[in-house]
Amino acid sequence: MTEQTKNKGSVTIVLFSGEMDKAIATFVIATAAASMGMKVTIFFTFWGLNVIKKEGGLIKGQNWMQKMLNIMNYGHAKKLAISKMNMFGIGPAMLKTMMSHKKVPSLQEFISMAHSLGVKFYPCEMSMTVMGLKKEDFIDECEEVIGAVSYLSIAKETTINLFI
Amino acid sequence: MNYKVDKTIDCTGLSCPLPSVKTTLALEHMAVGQVIEVLTDDPVSRRDLPVWAQSTGNELLGIEEDNGVIKIYLRKAA
Repeated sequence: MTEQTKNKGSVTIVLFSGEMDKAIATFVIATAAASMGMKVTIFFTFWGLNVIKKEGGLIKGQNWMQKMLNIMNYGHAKKLAISKMNMFGIGPAMLKTMMSHKKVPSLQEFISMAHSLGVKFYPCEMSMTVMGLKKEDFIDECEEVIGAVSYLSIAKETTINLFI
Repeated sequence: MNYKVDKTIDCTGLSCPLPSVKTTLALEHMAVGQVIEVLTDDPVSRRDLPVWAQSTGNELLGIEEDNGVIKIYLRKAA
């Protein structure tokens, strides 16, 4: 880490949740921090993996339990529930409309903006193994798959650490 | 105003954190010492962009307000 990055600080965010509202909150903080010159790392784990999944490919996994989980948990940046008032998909649709009226970027736009600002995305190895997911199931913006130890080795050097 | 504006970005209608994100992305394509004019109508940005400038080391040259549009002038630092 250079002296300059140290002064500007750095942020690590663990995104555990797979809901659109929480993912957007994550990316608002991530892009704001990156614009301030901070080094930003997002570690996607468990339900949060849905945020960086590629579109399509309903059946994933090696055994029937993983396959069932992945079918029921199908989602990607464009298709995520919200944590309150989901109402079988009416909630997210309304929220998206309200956000676009206020010119708030969509989650996909936030992801590409964060990527161009140098925010690093890391999928969690352990949750991927449990769910039977592969590196290819995730968007190309992702860095390599890492484990808890690698995440902690980044997090211990950072000034701000959030779990969402 | 004793500086020449090299680039203007229109952030009107945009809310947090877009004005600072768009300013950062625009500055990437500008040379050190050049001046950017950021147009915004978001009162939060009036407060946030000077904080952003302080944190990134870019120089805040001035803030003007004209018919509800806030104009923020920043000089790119090394």
